[in-house]
Amino acid sequence: MKFFITVIAIVLLSYVCGSYFPWWMIAVVGFVIALLIPQRAAAAFWSGFVAVFLLWLVLALRINAANDGILAGRIGLLLGIEKSPVLLAVITGLIGGLVTGLAALSACYLRQPKARLIK
Amino acid sequence: MRVIPFLVTAAATILLVFLLNRPLGDKVPMPVGKFLSPQTGFWQNAEDTAASFNGMLSFPELKGRAEVYFDERLVPHVFAENDEDLYFVQGYLHAKFRLFQMDLQTRAAEGRVSEIAGPKAIGYDREQRRLGMKFAAEYSLQAMEKDARARAVYAAYTAGINAYIHTLTQSSLPLEYKILNFEPEEWTNLRTALLLKMMAKMLASGTEKDLATTRLHQLFSTTQLNALYPQVPDSLKPIVPPGTAFVKPGFTAKIPAGAAAAYFRDTPPVTAFEQYTPDRDNGSNNWVVAGNKTVNKVPILANDPHLELSLPSIWYEMQLSTPQGKTYGATLPGSPYVIIGFNDSIAWGVTNAQRDVKDYYSIRFKDRQRSEYWFNNQWKPAQLRIETIKVKGAPVVYDTVSYTVFGPVMYDESFRDTLTKNNGLAVKWAAHHTGDDGNTFYLLNRAKNYDDYVTAIRFFECPGQNFAFASKAGTIALWQQGKFPNRWENQGMYVMPGTDSSYDWQAFIPQAENPHAVNPDRGYLFSANQRPADASYPYYIPGAYINPRASAIDHYLSSMNNITTQNMMELQNNYFNIMASDMVPLLLKYTDETGLSAPARKCFEQVKSWNRFAGPESVGQTIYQVWMDSLSVNIWGDELVRAGFKVELPAEQTLMELLKKDSTVMGYVDDIRTPGKETIRMQVTDALNKTANLITQLEKEEKAGWAKFKDVSVYHLLKEALLPFAHTGLNVGGWGNIINAVKKSHGPSWRMVVQLSTPTEAYGVYPGGQSGNPGSRFYDNAIDTWASGKYYQLWLMNSGEEADARVKWKMSFAQK
Repeated sequence: MKFFITVIAIVLLSYVCGSYFPWWMIAVVGFVIALLIPQRAAAAFWSGFVAVFLLWLVLALRINAANDGILAGRIGLLLGIEKSPVLLAVITGLIGGLVTGLAALSACYLRQPKARLIK
Repeated sequence: MRVIPFLVTAAATILLVFLLNRPLGDKVPMPVGKFLSPQTGFWQNAEDTAASFNGMLSFPELKGRAEVYFDERLVPHVFAENDEDLYFVQGYLHAKFRLFQMDLQTRAAEGRVSEIAGPKAIGYDREQRRLGMKFAAEYSLQAMEKDARARAVYAAYTAGINAYIHTLTQSSLPLEYKILNFEPEEWTNLRTALLLKMMAKMLASGTEKDLATTRLHQLFSTTQLNALYPQVPDSLKPIVPPGTAFVKPGFTAKIPAGAAAAYFRDTPPVTAFEQYTPDRDNGSNNWVVAGNKTVNKVPILANDPHLELSLPSIWYEMQLSTPQGKTYGATLPGSPYVIIGFNDSIAWGVTNAQRDVKDYYSIRFKDRQRSEYWFNNQWKPAQLRIETIKVKGAPVVYDTVSYTVFGPVMYDESFRDTLTKNNGLAVKWAAHHTGDDGNTFYLLNRAKNYDDYVTAIRFFECPGQNFAFASKAGTIALWQQGKFPNRWENQGMYVMPGTDSSYDWQAFIPQAENPHAVNPDRGYLFSANQRPADASYPYYIPGAYINPRASAIDHYLSSMNNITTQNMMELQNNYFNIMASDMVPLLLKYTDETGLSAPARKCFEQVKSWNRFAGPESVGQTIYQVWMDSLSVNIWGDELVRAGFKVELPAEQTLMELLKKDSTVMGYVDDIRTPGKETIRMQVTDALNKTANLITQLEKEEKAGWAKFKDVSVYHLLKEALLPFAHTGLNVGGWGNIINAVKKSHGPSWRMVVQLSTPTEAYGVYPGGQSGNPGSRFYDNAIDTWASGKYYQLWLMNSGEEADARVKWKMSFAQK
C-alpha cells in the first residue's frame, strides 16, 4: 500500500513539475517523496523507478499515437535504434525511471538509521 | 543515515543527471535526458495529426485586427487592415513554421556557423566574412531603413518574428534546437538583409570563374579560352527575340592603355580558390504565352526556380491581403513579401540572369600588416575590419580583413593565397552596394499593369533576375533586371591589376537598356538562364549561361497553339533531352562498332533506339549521360588538368557544336599524354567501352534506370547529420539541361502556372510542406505530389469566403 501511494505521489508531482521546471526535477521529486514516505531500500528504488518509468512511457506512447509515429520513427533512426517508436518510448521510460529510482534510493539511505538496518 | 550508501547513490544520481543534461559528443549532440523527457524534449514536437491551428492572439505592436485562414494544406490566407499588421503577421507565421531555417541561414550568411558546428566550420565562416557578406548586408540595411515606408515594413516584420520567439519555451522550441542544443536568437532587420545577401550569393556569386580562368591563362590564350567557354553559342535562343534592334550605347567602356601586356599577357598565376561555391545549376525556367496562343484567349505565366531541394523548403506559400489588394505565392522565410506569385491583375516569375557581376583585383600591400596598399601612385590606408568568429568548444578566432576601394581582400597570405607575401586579391561584387531590393516585391505584390511592373523591377539590383510578367489586360513581358557593369571586351575574365583605378568598372549599363521584350509577334517569351540577347546586344555581358533548356522551351512553345494550363504543367514536367537529340547522332556516327566490347555493343543499340526522353525508367538516358561525361573527360581532361586546378570542363553544348564543325575539336581530341594520335572515333568508342563497364555493373544492381542512377533525394537542411529526416529514392527523371531540371537534390523548388483569366486560375507545388517541423504531417506532405508532376490548385481567397469548406483553421490577431 505504501509502495502504491509512493508511486502515485511521485507520478503526480513529477507530472506537475515537468510542466514548469527542467526535466531533472524528477530526481528532486523522487528524493523528496522518498524522504517523506519511508520504505526499505529496494522498495524506495522501485517505487521511484516504476513511477517515472510509467509516467514517461505513457506520456510518450500517447503523444506517439496521436502523431502516428511520424517523429519517433525518425528520431529512432537518428539515434540508431531503427524505426521503432515503442522501443524509443520504453528507453525514454527507462531513463526517467533510473534517474528517479536512484534519487529515491539515496533519500532512503539518508533517512534510514544505521542500527535498524544492521538487525 | 547510512553514510557510504547515501554518498554513493547520491553521487551516482547527480552524475547521471549531469551526463544526461549535456551533449554526448558529435554522434549524439543532444543532452539525452532533456531530449527524451516527454514533457520538454523531442516528444513535444511530435504534432498531433489532428492538431488544430486555431488561435486567438494579441500583441501590443498591432494597430488593428488581422485574421488568418489556413486551408487544408496549411497555407495561410492573411487578411490585415494595414500594411504594418500584414507584415507583422507574415513575420509571426514565418517564425512559427520556419524559425530554424531562418535562423540557420542568416547565421550562415554572416559567417557564424562555427558557433553551432564547431571548428570544422571555421573555413566556411572565414570565406563568408571575407566575401563581405555582412558588409554587403549592412550597406543594404541603410537603404532599407532610410525610406519611411520600407523601414516600417521591415520593423513590423521583425517585430512579428520576435513576438513568436518570445512565446517559446523549452518544450515548444523547434526540434533542431533540441537536437543541436542551442537557442534561437532575436531577429533584426539586418538579418533580413543578410538573408537577401544569401540569395545574392547563391545566384550571383558562382556566375564567374575568374580565379580558374586566370590559372588557365598560364596555358591558354584569351582566344583559346573564349573558344572553350563561348559566350554566344550557335544554337542560342535568347530572351530578346532575334532581330530586335538595340539602342546605341551612350557610353562605351574603354580598355585601359597597356592592357595588352599588363592584363592579357602578364596575368599573374593565382593559388586562391573559393571552396564553398554555389551550385552551378542554380537556375530556373519561366515563360509567358499571350492570349492569341491560348485556348481561353488570356495569357498564361509559368515559373519554376531551380535551387537546392531541402526540407524545410526554401519557400513558404502564403496569401497576403489588405483592403488595398491581395497577392498570393511563394514567400521566402526571413523576408517579407511574396517573391513569386500573382495578384488580381498580374502574375510574375523569376529566373536567374547568370550574369558575372563579381571581379577580382590584385592588391599590392606595403607590408604584411596589410594596412596600406599601392593605389594611384601612393600608399593608401586600407580599412581593417576585425572579424570575431566564436567557435563551439574552441577558442575565438580573429580574422583581420583589409577593405580597399574595390572591396574586401578576400584572399591573402593568411587565407588560401600562398604565392605572394605582400599581395592580396580584393573582390568587387555588385551585391556589396545595393539598395533595398525588397522594394521591388512590395511594389510587384501591388502592381496592376505593365507600367507598375516596370516601376517595381527598377529597384532590383542584385542578384540579376529575369522577371516574366503577364497581366489580365493581355500584356506579356520579360525583362532581365539588375545592376550590371558596363565592361570592355574580356574585362573581368582574369584577375585585374588593382594598383590604380584604370581597371575598375567605368559605368553601369543604363537600366532601360537591360535586355527586355514586350508583346512580341510570336506570342511567347521565355528565359531559362540562357544568354539574354544575341551578339547584336551592344555590351560585353559574360556569364555562366545554360542554354539547352531555353532551346527546348522554344522548341515546344513555337509550335503550340490553343494552350491550356494543363499543357503548361506538362511542359514544366517535360523530359525531352534536346542536348542529346543533337549529340546522339554525332556519337553514333563517330563510334567504331568493330572496336566495341560485347556490353558496349548492347549499350550502343540501346542509345540508338532511345527516344531522347530522360524519364525515370530510361536506361538510354543513363547510358547517354555517362557516355557523354566520359567523352568530355577523354577530350578535355588531358589539356585542362595541366592547370593544376579544379576547372570546369567546357559545356556539353560546346563540345557538340565544335564537333559538328570539326572532328578534331580544335585539336583537343588527341590525348597529349600519349605518343600516339587519338582520333574522335577512338575517343568516342573508348568512352562507350568505359561506360558499358559501369552500366553492366548497374544493371546487376538494378540501378541502370535514370531515377535510380541519380538517386533523387530531398535532404533536411542539416544534410547527413539528419539523414532520417530526408526523402530519398524519389522516382523522378530530368536533368540540369532538361526542362524538368531535377538532378540529385537540386531542381524545381516551386512550380507555378497562372492563367490570367477572371477569376485567376493558378496551380503550384513545391517538394516539401508548409511546416518546418519534422514531427508534423505537413513537413513533407507535398513531396509525392511534386515528384509525380501533379499540382495543387492555388486559392486566392476573397473576403466573404470565410465559410468556404477549404478553410480548416482560423487564427485571429488583435491589439493587446
